[in-house]
Amino acid sequence: MGESVEDIKKHVRVYIGVFVALLVLTGVTIGVSYIDMGHGVNIAVAIVIAAIKASLVAAYFMHLISEKKLIYYTLILAAIFFVGLMFLPVGHSLDEIRI
Amino acid sequence: MSAADHHEAHHQQGFWRTYIFSTDHKTIGIQYGLTALVFLFFGFCLMLLMRWQLAYPGQPIPVIGGLFSDATMPGGVMLPEFYNSLGAMHGTIMVFLGVVPLAVGAFGNFVVPLQIGAPDMAFPKLNMASYWCFFAGGVVMLYSFTAPGGAANSGWTSYPPLSDIATTGQTFWLIGMVFLITSSLLGSVNFIVTIIQLRAEGLSYMRLPFFVWAQLVTAFLLLLAFPPLEAAGVLQLMDRLAGTSFFLPSGLVVTGDVLQVSGGGSPLLWQHLFWFLAHPEVYVLILPAMGIVGEIIANNTRKPLFGYKSLVYAVIFLGFMSFIVWAHHMFLTGMGTTISAFFQTTTMIISIPSVIILTVFFISLWGGRIRFNTSMLFALGFLPMFGIGGLTGLPLGLSASDIPLHDTYYVIGHFHYVVAPGTILALFAGIYYWFPKVTGRVMSELWGKVHFWGSIVCMNFIFFPMLIQGLMGVSRRLYDGGASYDFAEPVIHYNTMMSHAAFALAVFQLPFIINFFVSIKKGKKVDDNPWHATTLEWAAPSPPPHGNFDAIPKVYRGPYEYSVPGAEKDYSPQFEAEA
Amino acid sequence: MQIPFTVEARPDTGLNNAKLGIWLFLASEVMLFGALFSSYILLRVNADVWPKGHEILSVPVAAFNTVVLISSSVTVIMAWASLKMGSLSKGRMYLLLTFVLGLVFMCVKAYEYNHKFHTGLFPSESTFLAIYFTLTGLHGLHVLGGMIVFAYFWGPGSKMWHSEPEHFTNRIEVAGVYWHFVDLVWIFLFPVLYLL
Repeated sequence: MGESVEDIKKHVRVYIGVFVALLVLTGVTIGVSYIDMGHGVNIAVAIVIAAIKASLVAAYFMHLISEKKLIYYTLILAAIFFVGLMFLPVGHSLDEIRI
Repeated sequence: MSAADHHEAHHQQGFWRTYIFSTDHKTIGIQYGLTALVFLFFGFCLMLLMRWQLAYPGQPIPVIGGLFSDATMPGGVMLPEFYNSLGAMHGTIMVFLGVVPLAVGAFGNFVVPLQIGAPDMAFPKLNMASYWCFFAGGVVMLYSFTAPGGAANSGWTSYPPLSDIATTGQTFWLIGMVFLITSSLLGSVNFIVTIIQLRAEGLSYMRLPFFVWAQLVTAFLLLLAFPPLEAAGVLQLMDRLAGTSFFLPSGLVVTGDVLQVSGGGSPLLWQHLFWFLAHPEVYVLILPAMGIVGEIIANNTRKPLFGYKSLVYAVIFLGFMSFIVWAHHMFLTGMGTTISAFFQTTTMIISIPSVIILTVFFISLWGGRIRFNTSMLFALGFLPMFGIGGLTGLPLGLSASDIPLHDTYYVIGHFHYVVAPGTILALFAGIYYWFPKVTGRVMSELWGKVHFWGSIVCMNFIFFPMLIQGLMGVSRRLYDGGASYDFAEPVIHYNTMMSHAAFALAVFQLPFIINFFVSIKKGKKVDDNPWHATTLEWAAPSPPPHGNFDAIPKVYRGPYEYSVPGAEKDYSPQFEAEA
Repeated sequence: MQIPFTVEARPDTGLNNAKLGIWLFLASEVMLFGALFSSYILLRVNADVWPKGHEILSVPVAAFNTVVLISSSVTVIMAWASLKMGSLSKGRMYLLLTFVLGLVFMCVKAYEYNHKFHTGLFPSESTFLAIYFTLTGLHGLHVLGGMIVFAYFWGPGSKMWHSEPEHFTNRIEVAGVYWHFVDLVWIFLFPVLYLL
């Protein structure tokens, strides 16, 4: 990677921005958890905020936003099988209600 | 450091770094191979003890029976508990310590870097760590036989709640599995990076030998399927050591008393997580074997594999599908019809790529000038045996026929046809085929043929009667082989014949063992490419030096250019430039 | 013969070996934690009662730990950026800081565990506590592993800078990618265990 010192300094400013965003979102997720919006909505909101935080970490800290195709392919593959894993509890509850 | 210096440095390393804690992929491959062969033999011996008990229930084992402690075989007569742990450990050892390390650890390590023209694996130190994790896992598994209550005895599938409350051996089993999973994780990362990053110049994906493709897909299966079992293993360890109830339902009654645990767990959770690994694991067992067979068939028919691209796409598709068929092992759990229909469908679909692969191999034989040497005989033996194994699997993939067949000897017959006369024959083929690359000498053809014919005949006498017994309803895991059930009466006498065939199979391994060791020292010396093969490993000297190739090889053509019209010899190696 | 592409990228993939290796490893880690999350969902959906996390666990303590771990993600990337800009001393300082933040996280975790044990809340108490201890315990082991790696690169491993600075920088980047993943897992663990 032929990045100049200037580029790196620019990166660093982005990292600080992401850091602040993560702190804010942590505060938000705690705050929101005390508001009762119904069980399902609470869970959905918490997971969505966590997903946003995770995406920020992955995209900027882990440099995924400018990564090579091969890495994307690997992660897409893992994502597909991850979905397969999540199918496990879904399938199990479908079983419980005898569909 | 220049290449020459590096070479020099290697020679200065002492005995320990060269032979024991080596980072050279070839040494590690050989270490894996020898260790795995020892475990295969050990697992086979466990089975021989069981076969005695099945043929002659309750009779003392002659001669060796007296060597065992009173806790296992008082007076040489096997206790049921010991029979159970033999069964569980036979499965575990054969799968996780025998076949996979031999197919992936040994052949993968030795052959893959050579076939892609690389000087070594991408991460040599990780490679060494992978072997020693495997070794540690093996030691833990063996040590578990001395635990109070003996080794794990809840079957190789370790279903809870039974395994949660089983004797200490189960804890050893779980710890051993964690080591083995770590080992295969390190190995699979290494294989994928090596294959993707270290291919020689000109070796595009569609020029990779089929064996490398098979190993690549296998490595992905190991990488992504093993972690869920690791998770399950951690949960079961917590159940056993910290008293949690991940797999223990509320109100479980054990020997008349309600178990004092918090409850609320799900035994089915273990089955899901276990089979999420263990079905892809089946393909981990079979894909490298198919890779070996592909190499040997192309080489000995002296013609290109028919439909190389279909093979590659079939093997990738197989890898994908193997992740969504796992619940066909669980039709008996009271699964709903929707889920059951889904898994039946995926199971039927996954048989398609398997059939494509087998068909490609059969068609490749057509019109070839076949050389019937030992490795080819083993490879040819693989084809019908895997065919029987695959076809007998179809009734098990449909829930209507699986429900009566589940947990009978039919299942045992089915998967042994896939793994024993299937995979293991292919692994033997690989040993005979690559032996000259490892040692610079060939093994004896005569004794190789004795080994082949003896093995294939005996294996069929062991496994075919299992299918019949299973269709009669005889359950697996019965200490007396079904003697206490009336319906087993017409087929129970097969047990004696099957056991005798198993003992004969043991005898027919002796020519192999002797041939193997004698040939290392005394086998006929051959040149670097004795089979006149086309792939890159035959460009290296035999045995290959540290760093593998004298000069970095370049690749000019596809992997199986045999009998090219107009060429002066009947093979055009990948590493030879156009004349 | 040297193994190619340990430092420089292979032209057709654009990656060096370690970069591809760490992402493959993380793919497998996704499956490990994915399996545990899916077990969590299955157990929770089937449970008769499931406590709210904050009724049993301390949200402020965990929030503090979240901040610690996020900060350590920043320090590790600063270590990489400093090395990229050619300063070993700053790079090592940030590595040490990352290690210390990891240590703080582990100490807080130890305090939490200890507190639970003293109030009689053991993993065997309920399925919630069982999964809480399993998930955080496994995550803690990952933190510990990362700390060992950083201690090595801060200490003996940093000698490599003088012979192969680019290789060393790559190693820090790869270790950082792992560390961010550990952070990322915590980002999910925190709401799932403490808030919901």
